[in-house]
Amino acid sequence: MRFYEYESKELFRRHGLPLGRGRVATSGAEAHEIAAEIGGPVVLKSQVLSGGRMKAGAVQFAETPDECPALFDAIMPIEVSGQTARSVLVEEKSPVAQEYFVSVTWDGRRKLPVLLFSDMGGIDIEEVAEKHPDHVSKTHFSTLLPLSPRIAKEAIAATGVGGSTLNRLTPIVFELMQIFLSYDLTLAEINPLARLEDGRFIVLDGHVDLEAEARGQHEALLAELGIGADETRQAREPTEFEIAGRKVNQVDHRGVAGNVVEFDGNLGLVIGAGGGSLTLFDAVRNHGGKPANYCEIGGNPSVGKVCELTKLILAKPGVSKIAVMMNVVSNTRVDIVARGVVKGCIESGKDPSEVISIFRIPGAWEEEGFKILERYGVEYCDRSVSMYEAAGRAVAKLGA
Amino acid sequence: MAGLFIDIVVSDAVQSDAALAKKLEDVCPVNIFRASDVGVAIDESNLDECVLCDLCTEAAPGGGVRIVKLYEA
Repeated sequence: MRFYEYESKELFRRHGLPLGRGRVATSGAEAHEIAAEIGGPVVLKSQVLSGGRMKAGAVQFAETPDECPALFDAIMPIEVSGQTARSVLVEEKSPVAQEYFVSVTWDGRRKLPVLLFSDMGGIDIEEVAEKHPDHVSKTHFSTLLPLSPRIAKEAIAATGVGGSTLNRLTPIVFELMQIFLSYDLTLAEINPLARLEDGRFIVLDGHVDLEAEARGQHEALLAELGIGADETRQAREPTEFEIAGRKVNQVDHRGVAGNVVEFDGNLGLVIGAGGGSLTLFDAVRNHGGKPANYCEIGGNPSVGKVCELTKLILAKPGVSKIAVMMNVVSNTRVDIVARGVVKGCIESGKDPSEVISIFRIPGAWEEEGFKILERYGVEYCDRSVSMYEAAGRAVAKLGA
Repeated sequence: MAGLFIDIVVSDAVQSDAALAKKLEDVCPVNIFRASDVGVAIDESNLDECVLCDLCTEAAPGGGVRIVKLYEA
């Protein structure tokens, strides 16, 4: 769940990170008032939940307060990646000597948080990593062992930063690491972190993403930041298909058949299990397939829940086949999922053997599940067929 | 509506046993059984949710309750 820049900065402010003077304006007159309070050149920044503001013209500079109302009116209607501004952040314009990049995020492969630091901030970090790898450090750290400023210091020093700059940067970077862990964030980023001409450091732009599942643990913070319980903060509003998917998951308490996301392809996916959804979705695409949806099933959902999910996907215009694929399951039962998808096909008026391109769910109760699939003539495979290969078979069947 | 995959057969001998009906209602994790005025009642809408735990067959020994896997028929 993404925070607006002004919300990220409020979080940073609470933790003592250095910020420029300024606040959010919701009218041209307010922008003028804030600029007058600051008493010098200011920057006006559109508050949207996406990057690319500068390129879109949604960041403007004003030398005097009198310029602000017109700039406010110009910025507000600008669409940035399909989003219009909620408000405009008016901040003092700072004389920058050098820009840095600091980010803490999750490394899914290592299952650890990772600190990324560069002394070449303000630009695309991937470009820096490619062209100037010696200017980017990547440091994993534990969520269990005590966090130490030494980790931050070594990460900064690895890019060649030393002396007083290193000493001044260390507490800022260390604090960002602590913020990341304290609030169950999936991303805490400062880019750029600026060293001003007078040697001070200041956060020019910040970006925070909260793990959506952790919202309940941080209700107080969200309320204090003015983030409503109904604000999903997704890149777009949920589609009718996705809303229906949520309802399917609410059918009963057993297991999960949810996180349905709509795509415009023709292969319906009933997928899941320990990261299996992401892997299988990518595998389908790698084989040239076009998924009609993403979803996650697991935790042994009921037959009814799987049945309703199957019906929902099969009812999606353009979907002619579904692929039912998971990683090896342990608590989810193969036979229960098999019953659900077969029942979903039949209740949709379709022949399971025609509609299910592949059933690849090995694991608990698979022998019982395979009996059901054989009874209905559905092609299935066990764990000797990789998820990648199963995805390929599903895509091939669609073209057959 | 009968189940697509599972059927439950309750023998005439135990059909009207009120105590057994209550026990079956208690043990079934997916609410297939109900204790009714006439004894053991089956909620057919839940038949396919049967997890084959056999708690019902153990509660009614001697074949009083049988689980039929229709996909094996």
